[in-house]
Amino acid sequence: MAFLDITDVTVRFTPKRKPAVLALDRVSLGVEDNMFSVIVGPSGCGKSTLLRLVAGLQEATSGQMTLDGKPIRGPSAERGMVFQSYTLFPWLTVRDNVMFGPKLKRKGPAESGRIADELIAQVGLAGFEKSYPNELSGGMRQRVALARALANDPRILLMDEPFGALDSQTRQLMQELLLSIWQKHRKTVLFITHDIDEAIFLGDVVHVMTARPGRIKRSIPVEMERPRGIEALTSEPFMALKREVLGLMHEEAVIADRG
Amino acid sequence: MAQNYFAPKVEIPRPLYVSLGIASVAVVFGLWCLLTYGGFTPPDFLAPPDQVAAAAIKRIGNGSLLDNTEASLTVILLGFLFASVLSVPLGILMGSFKVVEALIEPITGFMRYIPVSALIPLLILWIGIGVEQKIMVIFLGTFFQQLILISDVSARVSKDLIDCSYTLGATKRQVIWRVLLPACMPGVMDNLRVTMGWAWTYLVVAELVAANSGLGYMILNAMRGLFTDVILLGVFTIGILGLITDMIFKFARRRLLPWSAEF
Repeated sequence: MAFLDITDVTVRFTPKRKPAVLALDRVSLGVEDNMFSVIVGPSGCGKSTLLRLVAGLQEATSGQMTLDGKPIRGPSAERGMVFQSYTLFPWLTVRDNVMFGPKLKRKGPAESGRIADELIAQVGLAGFEKSYPNELSGGMRQRVALARALANDPRILLMDEPFGALDSQTRQLMQELLLSIWQKHRKTVLFITHDIDEAIFLGDVVHVMTARPGRIKRSIPVEMERPRGIEALTSEPFMALKREVLGLMHEEAVIADRG
Repeated sequence: MAQNYFAPKVEIPRPLYVSLGIASVAVVFGLWCLLTYGGFTPPDFLAPPDQVAAAAIKRIGNGSLLDNTEASLTVILLGFLFASVLSVPLGILMGSFKVVEALIEPITGFMRYIPVSALIPLLILWIGIGVEQKIMVIFLGTFFQQLILISDVSARVSKDLIDCSYTLGATKRQVIWRVLLPACMPGVMDNLRVTMGWAWTYLVVAELVAANSGLGYMILNAMRGLFTDVILLGVFTIGILGLITDMIFKFARRRLLPWSAEF
């Protein structure tokens, strides 16, 4: 059994006065410990729904999910999440945002502060501790959100297109930053994106999803050396993987387009 | 580049902004002077500025303006305070909890369309014509409006912000106190400021009926003697008090919620 084990998970939405929608159809997926796993799929394929299930923010219609052998029930600090939208608490400073989780765990202000300062430095925001979120750029906000999620020392870090709202240059820098932090922490990460380059650049394994109803179409190991720099983006193995994923995604896009 | 000033949403220099503001006040004041000193209107139709000033000096001197202002302020502040103390927590709950919404919605939905003046006769029958009745008018006039506005603020708090708090380990109770409540504060402050303006409107309505003190009473009483100077004095006093309360709200928001964007 994998560290995060998803077995035969189905999600059916039954909106009022509308036909039921099958969002996920018997999805099975294993995520290994200390690995960077990426799910890539066309928009509307249910990949965000899958992540929300793992976070415990939503319930599956049927199927099982376990983390380290224990069934997932409801949200918990052991499954931290970074959202695509900006979710910093606007009334808290950068430092207080990062301290939010540790404080809830009744860690003392000294220890919470120490954790926060260390992570703020790691995401390159030393000097911004006292700033409020509305004084930060989009990239900076997502770096704080990452530090805040890591401050809880979660068993798995869930990331739902966290760089989706950023411009492409900032996005590339954020990916590099994320990798350098990941090298240090070696957290288990489940990352969701619709960007193929991002998926291959970051992941140890890329799971390609089908169009709705979502299923895992193929899981592709990314055998590229770490640490990866921007030169990896133009390397031969990268290109080969990209061709493969692009081909799979294109099939799905065509299916989705036919409705 | 002057033609640019007439394009939508274009900033203009600060001095120009200030001078335009002064000019508009000056034009109205000038028109007033022209009508009254020019002999176009008799004093019992529109009193000239110096008569209003004289009325002000006289009524400040004998303390009656202050007494009436105090009476009005007591009514408006108490009515507004009672309404806000109830509407803020209830509104926040109503916007985020379907159970509370289902319970309160039918009543507020009905009450919001009833002009408070229509309830004054009943209020007089029930609680008389004392200060309590006027406080009740302010309360009823603002409470239901506040409730709906604040419930809307609460409903618009981002779902992701709430979900994110759960993934950080917050319990339901912690989400309410540490996330929902602070997230609502800027909207609550803005809507309290708006409803305070409405409260001034209801105040005059309350004091026009069965009152023996207050600025509304002063205005109505002056009408019987065609004392347009006193009417204008009452109107100006209310206007100035309204401006002051508005500035207090602006100031309080800047001090209490420095993290929320300027409005």
